[in-house]
Amino acid sequence: MAFISSGYNPEKPMENRITDIGPQHFTEFLQPVIKKNFGKWLYHEILEPGILKHVAESGDAVYTVRCGTARLMTVSHIREICDIADEWCDGYLRFTTRNNIEFMLEDEGKAKDLKKFLNSQKFPAGSLKFPVGGTGAGVTNIVHTQGWVHCHTPATDASGTVKATMDAVFDQFTDMKLPAPVRISMACCLNMCGAVHCSDIAILGIHRKPPIIDHKYLDNLCEIPLAVAACPTGAVRPSKVEVDGETYKTVAIKEERCMFCGNCYTMCPSLPLADKEGDGIALMVGGKVSNRMSKPAFSKVVVPFIPNNPPRWPEMTDVITRILNAYSEGANKYERLGDWATRIGWERFFEVCDLEFTEHLIDDFRDPAYYTWRQTTQFKW
Amino acid sequence: MAKHKTPLLDQLESGPWPSFVSDIKQEAESRAKNEKGLDYQIPADCPEDLLGVLELSFSDGETHWKHGGIVGVFGYGGGVIGRYCDQPEQFPGVAHFHTIRVAQPAGKFYTTKFLRDICDLWELRGSGLTNMHGATGDIVLLGTQTPQLEEIFFELTHNLNNDLGGSGSNLRTPAACMGKSRCEYACYDSQELCYNLTQEYQDELHRPAFPYKFKFKFDACPNGCVAAIARSDLSFLGTWRDNIRVDQEAVAAYVGGEIAPNAGAHAGRDWGKFDIVKEVVDLCPSKAISYEDGKLAINDKECVRCMHCINTMPRALRIGEDTGCSILCGAKAPILDGPQMGSLLVPFIEVNKDDDYQAIKDVVEGVWDWWMEEGKNRERIGETMKRLGFAALAKAAGVPIDARQVQEPRHNPYIFWKAEEVEGGWERSIDDFRKRHQR
Repeated sequence: MAFISSGYNPEKPMENRITDIGPQHFTEFLQPVIKKNFGKWLYHEILEPGILKHVAESGDAVYTVRCGTARLMTVSHIREICDIADEWCDGYLRFTTRNNIEFMLEDEGKAKDLKKFLNSQKFPAGSLKFPVGGTGAGVTNIVHTQGWVHCHTPATDASGTVKATMDAVFDQFTDMKLPAPVRISMACCLNMCGAVHCSDIAILGIHRKPPIIDHKYLDNLCEIPLAVAACPTGAVRPSKVEVDGETYKTVAIKEERCMFCGNCYTMCPSLPLADKEGDGIALMVGGKVSNRMSKPAFSKVVVPFIPNNPPRWPEMTDVITRILNAYSEGANKYERLGDWATRIGWERFFEVCDLEFTEHLIDDFRDPAYYTWRQTTQFKW
Repeated sequence: MAKHKTPLLDQLESGPWPSFVSDIKQEAESRAKNEKGLDYQIPADCPEDLLGVLELSFSDGETHWKHGGIVGVFGYGGGVIGRYCDQPEQFPGVAHFHTIRVAQPAGKFYTTKFLRDICDLWELRGSGLTNMHGATGDIVLLGTQTPQLEEIFFELTHNLNNDLGGSGSNLRTPAACMGKSRCEYACYDSQELCYNLTQEYQDELHRPAFPYKFKFKFDACPNGCVAAIARSDLSFLGTWRDNIRVDQEAVAAYVGGEIAPNAGAHAGRDWGKFDIVKEVVDLCPSKAISYEDGKLAINDKECVRCMHCINTMPRALRIGEDTGCSILCGAKAPILDGPQMGSLLVPFIEVNKDDDYQAIKDVVEGVWDWWMEEGKNRERIGETMKRLGFAALAKAAGVPIDARQVQEPRHNPYIFWKAEEVEGGWERSIDDFRKRHQR
């Protein structure tokens, strides 16, 4: 390998340096009909799963074909997406917030042909490259985090749990049979860089063993006051220990106070939490971000722990499927998962989803906990 | 022949959903063949080693990535996340495997030209693996080595006219919904506001000076497609102050079954004939709608703009014309103090491009000044607000107090009165008191 210079001169880093330019202006990337009718859209309809029609005041229409992707994708795959956009859409495309791709066309027949074409494209081992769907009252693509692919704090994998889940609920992606949209999100640790806390169904990686303390190295790798301050429950305190006859400055942990958030590990690499048996998944349900009818809501923990069982996490997908089925049967049209559970009562939710209710599901973390307990004699048998 | 055996990952190649394993394998194969004769600037077999280290995690149930080190480009404190593998001998191709965040265009519209340029750059100087897109919205380039960072930044800025995104304790790459580009619900131009604030605050984005991360997200209507209300320290949600526009003929078409409700979103199941009273009138959260004698009437003064009726009959109902946005503050995921939703700080503000969004920038800068003064290390603004109170935030932001800012008034009478609010102040003499009351 020979180093190829971009033109950057390490001797003079400021020479020709361009900084602080941000992204390009979005109008550089708008498909012509989109650009022409910017701000002048009248209405839209979903012609069939995965195909949207938007009509503008001018009478112009644009047809969008939406397909799912694994958000972890290679340049080979992106180039294939570009080939499709070049051939069908004059070189324009869009990604949605939920990792779907949208191809925009001006002809309805062509949009339907493109849907057929996209649904026929497969990887050699058999999975679809561009499944069309993700519209209307169904499950759309899962937003997720890095997991074991590229992160130091995960309690589970992200891409793997997402692939397993989307395979299990695939029919709900390609059809629109549910009472309302169901947004599934995945975050592989409590840090939630994926912010899954307001999802209809959240898959969340959790640790269950307190950090192991690497006493001999801790003081060299970490700022002890920062590690102490990082603990939300005050479980970490400065300490000294003797190992092999030598005294080390380190920390001590009150293990019964640990809530396994991993914040100390973020601040101090000498406090790892990861553990094959300790780590796994919690499932949360009933959150939403839309203001439609009911207020935005947080997801609630309904399964405190499911062991990691890669590559397909069957116990996890089984529970998700069960929740989706119960919701599909029980909810009214337009009713989001959380609104349905609230209407029938959470005690009933556990019954119809055949889920066990345990003490781990009763909140005991700070003041908001009280507001989740029941202060009425109204409940259901 | 694959470099590492991956029996567990191979099981993720079946099933209908796109397999990231199959995709990484095709990249590994493409790099091994190297038909273009590229002089790969990082190990050509890094995708194989990534599969190898991932397989190891699948079998031992633990991650093999270490904490990030301090790596980056000159003059920036964010945009690059250092990443090292904890089994470098076994997987040398990914021993150093840093992430680069690239600022995405607002609304994530692209030309293939731009994406192909990114691919060319990343094939040569990185692993060829990406996330389209990261959770905050950036284009995420997964895996390169330290000597490539300045080269990638140089090419990005010089050839692609594009910058890095944010990371660390700074303004993170702002994200917007598609807004007016292709949505009839857009109450304001979310993309333009996102672009403008991103450009205005480049310094805050690239050079960490905040107590912790800070996110802007722009949703052009209350439906919230980019989840601003749940995920951004300041969220800008489109809204309006006047009346929903009603087309009675189109209402009749919905009632008559000529147009599918909710744009056809429920077409996969037979829900029976559309019932406007059951599906719209009765579901209005503020009971502001009536339907009598074939006419739909909305009492707009009582409307809370939840979007349900508009979502259900998009051809009959349109958002109002006196539009702007609400600003909410303090949303965050549960770390550390529990999850927080954004709290309504500014009920309505004009989104005025003509004065360069000055009113909005005044609020942003007021909030930032206060947080940088009062916030503790690694404290999100949502936590600072909880600690010091909503009224302190509103004062700092220069926002008048308004009953709309609360769900309901306080539950306790423990009001922190200030001396200047009380007649005569707090200065009192014990001697005077004792003249009236014996010891």
